[in-house]
Amino acid sequence: MSDTPAQNVAFVRTSEIPPSPPPTRETGAIKWIRENLFSGWFNTILTLIALYLVISIVSGAAPWFYNGVWEADSIRECRDILAGKTGACFAVLVDRWDHLVFGFKYPQDAYWRPLVAFLLLLVAAAPALFGKIFPRKMLILTAIYPFLAYWLIWGGTLWLPVLVAGSIVATGLVFRLVEGMAVNMRQILAGVVGLLFGLGLAWLLFKGAAELVFIASNIGGSGLSVIPYAVFWAAGIFTYVCVIPMGIFVGYAIYQSAEDGGLVTIVTALFAIYIMLAYLLGPVSGAFNSIIPLELQAVPSRDMGGFMLCMILGTVCVTLSVPLGIVLALGRQSHMPLIKGVCVVFIEFVRGVPLITLLFVANVMLAYFLPPETSFDLILRVIIMITMFSSAYIAEVIRGGLAALPKGQYEAANSLGLNYVQATRLIILPQALKISIPGIVNVAVGLFKDTTLVSVISMFDIVGMIRGPIQQSTDWISIYWEVYGFAALLFFVVCYSISQYSQWLERQLQTDHR
Amino acid sequence: MTTLADRPVTASTGSFKLSMLLNDSRYRSLTFQFIALIAIIAFMAFVGGNLVRNLTAAGLNISYAFLGEPSGYDINQRLIDYDSQSSHGRAAVVGLLNTLLVAFLACITATIFGVVAGVLRLSNNWIVSKIMAVYVEIFRNVPVLIWILIIFSIMINVAPSPRDFRGDDATASMMFFDTIAVTNRGVYLPKPIWGDGSMIVVAVLLASIVGIFAYRRYSRKQLFDHGKMVPVLWPSIALFFVPVILVQLILGNPITLSYPELKGFNFRGGITILGSLIALWFALAIYTGAFIAENVRAGILAISKGQTEAAGALGLRPNQIMSLVVLPQALRVIIPPLISQYLNITKNSSLAIAVGYMDVTGTLGGITLLQTGRAIETILLLMLFYLTVSLLISFFMNIFNNRMKLQER
Amino acid sequence: MNKTIFFGALATAALAAGIAGASTLDEVKARGKLNCGVNTGVPGFAEPDANGVWQGFDVAVCRAVAAAVLGDPTAVEFVPTTGKTRFTALASGEIDLLARNTTWTFSRDVDLKFEFTGVNYYDGQGFIVNRNLGVSSAKELDGATICIQTGTTTELNLADFFRGNGISYEPVPVETGAEGVQQYTAGACDAYTTDASGLAAQRANFEDPTAHLILPEIISKEPLGPLVRHGDSEWADIARWTLNALIAAEELGVTSVNLAELAAGTDNPEINRLLGSEGDLGGMLGLDSDWAARAIGVAGNYGEIFANTIGEATPIGLARGLNAQWINGGLLYSPPFR
Repeated sequence: MSDTPAQNVAFVRTSEIPPSPPPTRETGAIKWIRENLFSGWFNTILTLIALYLVISIVSGAAPWFYNGVWEADSIRECRDILAGKTGACFAVLVDRWDHLVFGFKYPQDAYWRPLVAFLLLLVAAAPALFGKIFPRKMLILTAIYPFLAYWLIWGGTLWLPVLVAGSIVATGLVFRLVEGMAVNMRQILAGVVGLLFGLGLAWLLFKGAAELVFIASNIGGSGLSVIPYAVFWAAGIFTYVCVIPMGIFVGYAIYQSAEDGGLVTIVTALFAIYIMLAYLLGPVSGAFNSIIPLELQAVPSRDMGGFMLCMILGTVCVTLSVPLGIVLALGRQSHMPLIKGVCVVFIEFVRGVPLITLLFVANVMLAYFLPPETSFDLILRVIIMITMFSSAYIAEVIRGGLAALPKGQYEAANSLGLNYVQATRLIILPQALKISIPGIVNVAVGLFKDTTLVSVISMFDIVGMIRGPIQQSTDWISIYWEVYGFAALLFFVVCYSISQYSQWLERQLQTDHR
Repeated sequence: MTTLADRPVTASTGSFKLSMLLNDSRYRSLTFQFIALIAIIAFMAFVGGNLVRNLTAAGLNISYAFLGEPSGYDINQRLIDYDSQSSHGRAAVVGLLNTLLVAFLACITATIFGVVAGVLRLSNNWIVSKIMAVYVEIFRNVPVLIWILIIFSIMINVAPSPRDFRGDDATASMMFFDTIAVTNRGVYLPKPIWGDGSMIVVAVLLASIVGIFAYRRYSRKQLFDHGKMVPVLWPSIALFFVPVILVQLILGNPITLSYPELKGFNFRGGITILGSLIALWFALAIYTGAFIAENVRAGILAISKGQTEAAGALGLRPNQIMSLVVLPQALRVIIPPLISQYLNITKNSSLAIAVGYMDVTGTLGGITLLQTGRAIETILLLMLFYLTVSLLISFFMNIFNNRMKLQER
Repeated sequence: MNKTIFFGALATAALAAGIAGASTLDEVKARGKLNCGVNTGVPGFAEPDANGVWQGFDVAVCRAVAAAVLGDPTAVEFVPTTGKTRFTALASGEIDLLARNTTWTFSRDVDLKFEFTGVNYYDGQGFIVNRNLGVSSAKELDGATICIQTGTTTELNLADFFRGNGISYEPVPVETGAEGVQQYTAGACDAYTTDASGLAAQRANFEDPTAHLILPEIISKEPLGPLVRHGDSEWADIARWTLNALIAAEELGVTSVNLAELAAGTDNPEINRLLGSEGDLGGMLGLDSDWAARAIGVAGNYGEIFANTIGEATPIGLARGLNAQWINGGLLYSPPFR
């Protein structure tokens, strides 16, 4: 067979047939539609239902938007203009724009300040959020930002935030200075500091013990006797007994630490910042201000409102709760049962109750737990409670990050001879925080949305503004679609961008580990 | 706090020195805890002292006696007997049950929404998956309080009011052959009336439910032991309905329905589901559903594609792949976040006060607080309640979760 | 933004602690501002206008006290309070005076430890219904759905009224007046009940006010007045007599127009004592002698305030009724300035 001449095989082709085009139903848009929309009876039904939904929503909403009235002074005027047609009354947004965004009491000529603060927030957040794109040095902007923003929003003299920042820097310098001191110099310092601190502590304990005895002897009158007052007596006497030994012990411990400079460094730094903030800050900033007045009109925090209040609460509370959350997460991982117990109880308690009850606490209960005659304003009490709330959630996220670290990391740090602080600061936290960032961002988004709850305790954030002054006013009574829609839109824009960022970050982190 | 950990431990001599409390790692943690204990006591002393001082100054006291006094107000949704002469304590229980009711309903509905949206978001149907993506993003990124208010406003302003049903020129009418009335005060449903012999029907119903479970076990056994796929869905449905309807017909309709009728100011004679309950329920369900959808999606995506392909190679149809292969495995990933979503629903149900639904925040933390002025007591009780519920939910869900885990091989 | 707030707060706390134990009057003077609790918004009584300036009948009381104590009617920090927060705000010292249409009741006065310093508006609880329901008396409301603001005395009165008449109702609790109106106008409740003054105020805003009927029954007594904490009688005296000064001024014919003229001295010794040209009533209160003149100077006497904020010429359109002077058959009766 092999010798059969090739030319006898007439049907062998010498060239390939050009591929014929696929059938029309398998190409282009038709193929896409067939595969993506009508592949099988179930999908076809789904598609038809979905199309019906989309069309009915669009056809229902379109005239409402299209006929929208942008210029009117009241809802009645709106109705007159619309004359029975379906249409939105966006005029309320125009009329009450300032109220929705800034609240009704923020001074109008100062609106530029929160706006600038907001723009600067973007600038300051960028280096922290997109660490790879921006140079590390820009993180300085992030560090400066809180002080600048405080000044812009609350006003008053610039020197106050500047000096607070200065005190923090100075504290760091003191820390370095003591660390670098010669041992004999430090021994003298440690002696002095130890004596002061020991005395101070003894005095505080003495006060505490007196307080406990006070509670024990007054508890019957206030009806608190549900808690046996013997407990308070016992605690009071215990504390009295502890006053002198604790003072001596802690003072001695500080003195002892002079050799390697651990405790004394921290305590001296604490002393320094306490003295600066408590005694120097006020007079010095006053003096500076009288020489070079750099002042903005001061705005009390009661006057904050609208969407601005949500932004302030969101950023302040998230910023404050990250360090607190780290401490709580580390505490929960601790081997010391008491510290672990306190952290677990705190975290589980806060996570177990709704934010709204904590806000009630801020609103109606906290005042009873503070010394008589002190009055925090409401926004500050709310900031404290929301910070507590979010720090518990952030602590859980960070705990997840800590748990995700391989055990070898802890062991390696120990075998290098690092102590707890060093190991945590240099080895554990940087890695754990990196894994936790998406989780923290999610908590932040949730928290930002939860700031609307402050409207329940008569604060005028954007929802409170709508439910209060706008819907109750004679002009805009019972208007709801437009204003709620606007509030929803604002939140959507902010939260959606942050969640997109978080997803981007997750992808970034994933590639790093592969 | 100290940097002494790297020093050699010098306590081997057995003599105890004061400095060892600080330098010896065996004692150091004790020392720290002791200091922490003192700090806690001092803090308690500060807070407690202030409380006592403030209360004495204001002439107030802490007392829970108000719980036994008549409340004086009425509640519109009562799962147990209650009137304005009942005690504040009973009002709190009424509110508590209302909280549990709305949380329970919302959990179930949110799970359904979430699973459907999560699965459909992964569908190859382009338009459906896009709609689900839009749903998830819109609801996840707007505060739940705004959703509750929007949905409640829709309820109030779009649904007809009972007076629209009245008269000859009524602009609204009841649905489903005049059995259901949807109004802006709520939805009125037919109410069953238990006549003679109705217990037999109920017994048959219970028996068929047991039967359904037995049948499912049987089908599962068939599948595992003999590799036979026995249809489950349709027989189950038939088993549920057919016997009950037959018995009902044979016994001559012992269970009758009482239909809502417009009498006086309102519809009466049916089951009322209040508008505020519906708004809260629906808002919580649709909001949390968006989060659950994301959890479900993540759970499904966590199952390796090989599983789907292998199931496809075995000749399973897509819905079978989903229900028999993917979802059972994905469930292990889905359940832990699902638990925390259930907790969120329970806690978010406290937003009921925005729509006037009388949950425990509305009764105990609302009206009772306002009428008695006992802020500290009521808020403590309120927090205690939510804490208990949260801990119970996580406890039971963790048990369930562990049982799921045990099936792993 | 973070740490500075804390230290700011600490500084405030330290500052506040410095004046611990001072009386409310000294505290207010040291602060230079009166913290006055008001409603979050009830047309005519207290609501911020488009510029954020508080206006209304209750607000006028705050301004009068501020003018009497500090000499400046604008030195008031208005603290909006809800039904839930009002009493704690006062008890905890966040506000010095609560002027938020609060009903004077036994338990609030005695059990909650507050001191009512008089009545600035005699009110009663009423019902509003849509005319096409064909209801002409509250006793015909058997089975009706009724919207009611939670946490008010009206809620308890309502329960008592229906129980006493042996008829049933379904309460729909709402948080604010606006929500009550929204639900009522949408037909989600058949009747809306609150203080009769509030009903009139809100009816004025309806699309068609004539379609709604305020039922004749007034089912409760609601004496609304400003209140202060127990235990600082000097401060309570100031609040009480500032209100009395406004009422007495109307009785004596002192108006914002003739105030300056009368303050110079008249033949009527009571006017002289009130306006400080005779005797030293102000000094007894710890204020100066023309305190009452300043209080009256803010917005005129009681009658003028009433007419300008909630009177018949305003959209609220309330008649004086019980709130007329006793010589005109009303209940306003200021004790003598002597």
